[in-house]
Amino acid sequence: MNSDTISTELPPQPTYDNLVEERLVLWYFLAAIGYLFVSMLGGLIMALQLVHWNPHDGIEYLSPGRWRMIHTNAIAYGFLANTFLGALHWSIPRLTLQPVLNRALSYFIFAAWQVVVLGTAIGIMFGQAQGVEWGETPVWIDPLAQVGLLLVAINFMAPIARTKGPLYVTLWYFMAAFVWTFLTYAMGNFMPQYYVAGTSAGAITGLFIHDLVGLFVTPIGWGLMYYFVPILLKKPIWSHGLSLVGFWGLAFFYPLNGIHHFLYTPIPMFLQYGAIVSTIAVELVVTTVIINFFGTIWGSGRALITNIPLRWFYTGMVFYFLTCTQCAMQVTLTFQKVIHFSDWVVGHAHLVMFGVFGMWLLGTMTYLFPRLYKHDWYSRELCEWHFWLSAVGIFVMAADLILLGLFQGFYWVSLQPWDASITVSQPFWIIRVGAGLAIIAGQICFVVNIYKTWRLSEEAKVNALFPH
Amino acid sequence: MFENKSGILLIGGLGFFLFAFLSNAIVPILMYRHLPEKTVEEVVNQNLLYQFEDLSLRYPEQFKKYFGEPTAENCAEALRIGRKVYTGEGCWHCHSQFVRPVSNESRRWGPVAETWEYQNVLQRPVLFGTRRVGPDLSREGGRRGNDWHAVHFFDPPLVSAGSPMPRYPWFFDGSPDKPNQRGLALITYVQWLGSWLESYPLYEDYKPVDDMMSNPLE
Repeated sequence: MNSDTISTELPPQPTYDNLVEERLVLWYFLAAIGYLFVSMLGGLIMALQLVHWNPHDGIEYLSPGRWRMIHTNAIAYGFLANTFLGALHWSIPRLTLQPVLNRALSYFIFAAWQVVVLGTAIGIMFGQAQGVEWGETPVWIDPLAQVGLLLVAINFMAPIARTKGPLYVTLWYFMAAFVWTFLTYAMGNFMPQYYVAGTSAGAITGLFIHDLVGLFVTPIGWGLMYYFVPILLKKPIWSHGLSLVGFWGLAFFYPLNGIHHFLYTPIPMFLQYGAIVSTIAVELVVTTVIINFFGTIWGSGRALITNIPLRWFYTGMVFYFLTCTQCAMQVTLTFQKVIHFSDWVVGHAHLVMFGVFGMWLLGTMTYLFPRLYKHDWYSRELCEWHFWLSAVGIFVMAADLILLGLFQGFYWVSLQPWDASITVSQPFWIIRVGAGLAIIAGQICFVVNIYKTWRLSEEAKVNALFPH
Repeated sequence: MFENKSGILLIGGLGFFLFAFLSNAIVPILMYRHLPEKTVEEVVNQNLLYQFEDLSLRYPEQFKKYFGEPTAENCAEALRIGRKVYTGEGCWHCHSQFVRPVSNESRRWGPVAETWEYQNVLQRPVLFGTRRVGPDLSREGGRRGNDWHAVHFFDPPLVSAGSPMPRYPWFFDGSPDKPNQRGLALITYVQWLGSWLESYPLYEDYKPVDDMMSNPLE
């Protein structure tokens, strides 16, 4: 061995500019915000219909029934998936120090995914929805989406595959999510449509509804939290052991939960009991993850006041703990007798999708937009308005709907005429419209802020080129 | 194993998913394999044909134009289109299709749901539903007349005061006495729900005659 090969200098490290396609991250985020507004429009139409204020009553392509499905699909595949893809493009190259497989493929996936989501929305608008909850994507789009998910997995697995040794917890979640999302989508969209009818199909659609949240949204969401929270706090995650418990507990118990969406159906009772027990087990796992994150911030609590992205993240985690506690209760057969079919479940769904994952992703965007535009936020005040309108809006909406669910459930059990459960709902549904409008107002603050920040960054670019 | 790629991909990603899939999805498929899946033609029954013929008498011109004669084959076709409209319009997001054995549901809706009722092509994908803004529909067939349904789809509050259900004027050629193909098909589909039961048609306030005649003080 001669001395030339021994060098104390590190090999040249790649810079993030070469690793991360920042323009694509930005595009994904902007597309996501567009679909967020599409989804909120759908929610608003349905909410107004329920209180008899729908101004577009009787127009086929604006039918509340169809837009209710656009509402959920635009959130799942338009807002969540697009933001996830943007955040994955940001974080995976940083974690692996490797670029994604192929830049052209990345842009192709971006375009293809927008076709899938737009096609879904237009297909549903024209009355072609498929009868799978959260999978109303028209059947002709399903194969396209399936190929898209495969390409996403390949594109992101390449840099992960090139790394050596044990991986950071974020990458465990991401890798598992690539496998799970692909399998879940295939199971839910093809099996009940082409191969299985009736009760057994009910079991499968139950698994699909749940796995979409639990095996696609949840792992990528937690993966991002494990990535961003230590960076923002500038300290490591509190306990590596608890990270392991959280991941492997989720991996084992979450896929076993699905049938709890169809309790008291003709699905065999022992399978229902299994789903209930696994669901309560998930709640225990979730508690370990929450403890881990609050252990991490312990001693740095002041950051929640000064650091807005961090506040989004931890508010989401508090809501996460609330929804999971709620879940462990509502999954029991005792609660099911009353709350199933009622707005309790709708409140729960909103708290999960917007209160938790929406919060995390809006926090991620609040953190990343200034970095993508290379310019600080135009207005911190607008960021505050965005946060508080969203947080208060979703809390009021969820609390209102969950309480209403109890009213509806007890009215039904007590064999009141059906209309009574509609009459009692009216004041609650009006409050829901107000809470929804607050959330929409918050997102408008966000968009104005993004636009102004973009203008400032453009001006700064020009000033840098032509100094006065 | 717990932190490396193969462990996560093979055990967490594939292994646990397959375990859940086998135990939660394949088990019920195997349990119900003795219940063959019926075709649409096989689920057309006399109760439904009566309603289908009733439609042809009430709306003769419209019926002739869109379905021709009230035969069993045309009825099956109407069911197919009706189910498509039912899913496409998202009816199943506000109306469930199963009766639970708890919460007095069988007193309100009728017999508790059983597996064999769902083993047919029209339950692919199955339409159990997860929310009831409006009533459960799995025993709706025969409860109300075709005219009622036509007016109800045209403008729900006309026959159901305070109903938050949207109007569906696109099921009609202009007026509630002129249901188009989608309207006729959807009415047929709704009239089919529960038409296979002994208790058909089930009325909410149904009481056996003996009960009505008896003296409550005795």
